[in-house]
Amino acid sequence: MTEIGWIDGMLRAARPAAMAALLRRFRDLDRAEEAFQEACLRALRHWPAKGPPRDPAAWLIMVGRNVALDEVRRRARDVPLPEEDALSDLSDAEDGAAERLDAADYRDDILRLLFTCCHPALPATQQVALALRIVCGLAVTEVASAFLVSAAAMEQRLTRAKRRIATADLPYATPGAVERSERLGAVSAMVYLLFNEGYSASGGTAHVRAPLCAEAIRLARLLLKLFPAEPELMGLLALLLLQHARTPARLDAAGDIVLLDDQDRAAWHRGAIAEGLALLDKARRHRRPGPYQVQAALAAVHARAARAADTDWAEMDRLYALLERMQPSPVVTLNRAVAVSKAAGPDSALAMIAPLAAPLGNYFHFHGLRGALLLQCGRPDEAREAFGRAIALARTPAEAAHIRAHLDRLAGG
Amino acid sequence: MLYAILCYHDEDVVNAWSQAEDDAVLAKRSQVTDPLAAAARLGPAVRLMPTTAAVTVRSGADPVVIDGPFAETKEQLLGFYIVDCATLEEAVEVARRMGVGETGAFEIRPVKLHLPSRLDASGA
Repeated sequence: MTEIGWIDGMLRAARPAAMAALLRRFRDLDRAEEAFQEACLRALRHWPAKGPPRDPAAWLIMVGRNVALDEVRRRARDVPLPEEDALSDLSDAEDGAAERLDAADYRDDILRLLFTCCHPALPATQQVALALRIVCGLAVTEVASAFLVSAAAMEQRLTRAKRRIATADLPYATPGAVERSERLGAVSAMVYLLFNEGYSASGGTAHVRAPLCAEAIRLARLLLKLFPAEPELMGLLALLLLQHARTPARLDAAGDIVLLDDQDRAAWHRGAIAEGLALLDKARRHRRPGPYQVQAALAAVHARAARAADTDWAEMDRLYALLERMQPSPVVTLNRAVAVSKAAGPDSALAMIAPLAAPLGNYFHFHGLRGALLLQCGRPDEAREAFGRAIALARTPAEAAHIRAHLDRLAGG
Repeated sequence: MLYAILCYHDEDVVNAWSQAEDDAVLAKRSQVTDPLAAAARLGPAVRLMPTTAAVTVRSGADPVVIDGPFAETKEQLLGFYIVDCATLEEAVEVARRMGVGETGAFEIRPVKLHLPSRLDASGA
């Protein structure tokens, strides 16, 4: 790896902690970002010769603060900036800082930084875009391409988002236990959203959006390091890893989505699966199940099945029933019906989804599943009608093509 | 004499490596280790999962289990065991039993990659 390569990796790894501390110091995202950028430039000048500092985040925070202070003084008294070489030898001060700034000190700062990005005043996609820019440090052009908009449009969106946050009152006091857990919930939801933004991509968008999944995993890992005893964070990271493991098998050569049943399981990423299962195992020890743990457990059932036919559908049904109790939602019930159809047959599943016709009447997957179940029950006319509705509601050509294949088979038979 | 070579790095940095970067590092390492393996001079090698998967068992009259890696700097790494357990709970139980009435700690880390010993049993 080149020299700049390792510095880049260190700056990236140190970014959330450094940005978080600078945000607390300046209480302004733009100023914190400027200070961080300047600190990074100095790191690029100093680290190659001197070697990396023991605690890169502490170094960047210290330099970022000093640079901003120098700037204030310069403006106030109009004294020239110190020469590059005169920049105080940081090693002594740095040692003290490294000792003071252990993980516990960073913890609430980083949580605040993340929580700032998922401020309720911001629409969900802006939360994700802001987190990518501010916390993950993606360039505006990278964020823009992930959201399939121009860099200028994204720049504008980010500026608007930051302005909105600046006018909102941000809580800088150390949060209490309840507040902390509420923030963790909001931040976890944002991280999962970020992952799904990357995961739902297909075709031409898949390769530009895949990095979003990697960033989401990085953030989930960071959260778990800050809060190592939170089983739901173990569940969240496990869920992301287990889903991400399927990435190599999810799209065919044409870029279309390959359904779980048809995926080449040999292509699944074994390392990510092993880590996901280990985290789930670790979470289970706490005996405090939550929605992320259950969803991870569902993904784990697939991961454990060597072939689609080996899937333990009874276990899937049990887990979906648990999720239904924790987070009642027609979509969860719809997913449960798939498990029920495999475990108990299409009739039971049809009965289960009958009450969903009203809440999910405009949902593509409802009509798609209903059609498939009717077909399995030997009711082709009703199936054809359901598939027709599904096609009308399809949001992507891939979804429509999938249903069209069912209809073609019906016509052929 | 047998020597253990322990690997240290910033895991956030290593986790951010692409598959190609990771493969390149392993390939570079195996240029050194392959000849040792061929000469029956390489013991077991393991790669550990990230510390987010770790738990720590503090020894004592009734050993305590804490989530996360062993974070103190007062103690030194003195050795390790590789055990095959069906669950983390089982591994924790092994460590608890070993730590009863002792001081110190055991950090339990799931193993990501295990290359069995290639040592010549008669030579060691």
